Amino acid sequence: MLVDYINLALNQIFVENILLAFFLGMCSYLSQSRKMESATGLGVAVIFVLTLSCPMNWAIREFLLAKGALAWTGSESLAGLDLSFLGFICYIAVIASLVQLVELVIDRYFPALYTSLGIFLPLITVNCSILGASLFMEERGYKFGQSLVFGFSSGIGWFLAIVALAAIRKKIRYSHVPQGLRGLGMAFIVTGLMAFGFLAFSGIDLKTVTKKAPEPAAPAVEAPALEAPTIDIPSDLEDEDLEGEA
Amino acid sequence: MAKVKDILIDPVSKNNPITYQILGVCSALAVTSKVQTSFVMAVALTLVVTGSNLVISLMRKMIPSKIRMIVELSVISTLVILVDQVLKATAYDVSKQLSVFVGLIITNCIVMGRAEAFALQNPPKESVLDGIGNGLGYSAILLIVGTIREIFGSGTWAGLKVMPDAYANNGLMLLPPSAFLIIGMLIWAQRTWMTKVFEED
Repeated sequence: MLVDYINLALNQIFVENILLAFFLGMCSYLSQSRKMESATGLGVAVIFVLTLSCPMNWAIREFLLAKGALAWTGSESLAGLDLSFLGFICYIAVIASLVQLVELVIDRYFPALYTSLGIFLPLITVNCSILGASLFMEERGYKFGQSLVFGFSSGIGWFLAIVALAAIRKKIRYSHVPQGLRGLGMAFIVTGLMAFGFLAFSGIDLKTVTKKAPEPAAPAVEAPALEAPTIDIPSDLEDEDLEGEA
Repeated sequence: MAKVKDILIDPVSKNNPITYQILGVCSALAVTSKVQTSFVMAVALTLVVTGSNLVISLMRKMIPSKIRMIVELSVISTLVILVDQVLKATAYDVSKQLSVFVGLIITNCIVMGRAEAFALQNPPKESVLDGIGNGLGYSAILLIVGTIREIFGSGTWAGLKVMPDAYANNGLMLLPPSAFLIIGMLIWAQRTWMTKVFEED
């Protein structure tokens, strides 16, 4: 169980990074990455709101919108309703009010945090990564625990990407970039190269590690096909090869 | 008449929402690996931005400025729900390929940005034109990027074979990072030849 959560988190941060693989939250990513402080501030705010909004939208979907979700009311006519087409408008309303609420709470109890984070919070309502995460969660049918881990780790992935870009842009200031490419054009190309870097992680398929354990039937069927080519290779030669590599 | 032309044509070339105003980049990158999906996405966004500009411009005198964001968001999400339902009913395969990105039109900064910057101050006729213009500007970039990626990545254009058999498909073009590089180059080209606006960075 715990392994599943860790896999999901690693998958979200590195393999399916919400920004570098799905391009969500690009607008604020590009506009707020000029300075390191604002990048960090916005990144933390995104982690915060994603961690709260994903489980909340999960609850909205599970208990109000999905087909037969209203069965807990006990009324038969309500139990037959399928309100899932209202998803978009409910999620965005939850996100908008959540952002307002978080702003109020932080302002009241953590004034120091508010002064550094405050200006970024309103931006988050229209950050596509927040709504995008809720929609992905719906599409993939996550459970409560998964949606919590998913929200948090997507936020971490986003944070990682924006801080990395801010750091690179700081260095680029000292290099000679063609005039038309300065600023935004270069930010795009740097992000492209970063995304290439993150593609290296996509070779790691974390899902199969967990999936193989409960399904012993699947490898048994494939086994004969896999054995056929290995017969040609003498066993000691294979051992030597392995030792050589080590 | 000249004014109508300006509102309609400007966002397509000089004042392009993606490469100049840097709005709505998110979805522009994700759906452009094929021309077909780019086209459907472009039509969907043009409809939503035109519709939301019209509705918000009609209501502009009734909306209290304090809650205008919520009003705008609900107008936009209603339109997006409509578009999504129509897509699911008429082109189910395409809507599956676009997955969450139709829903993400809600948070597409072009729609929100045009509502805030234009429709709240201008009468309905101009607002509709502005919506169409910006929708077309977005569509133009989407189709350019989609065309480049599909021709070099799969050797086809909207499903038709265009490259000779000897051409080996460049799988790189179908991967997400290539979209960043192509848009970066487009911005470079536009700033060098058209707008001459340069940033100090």
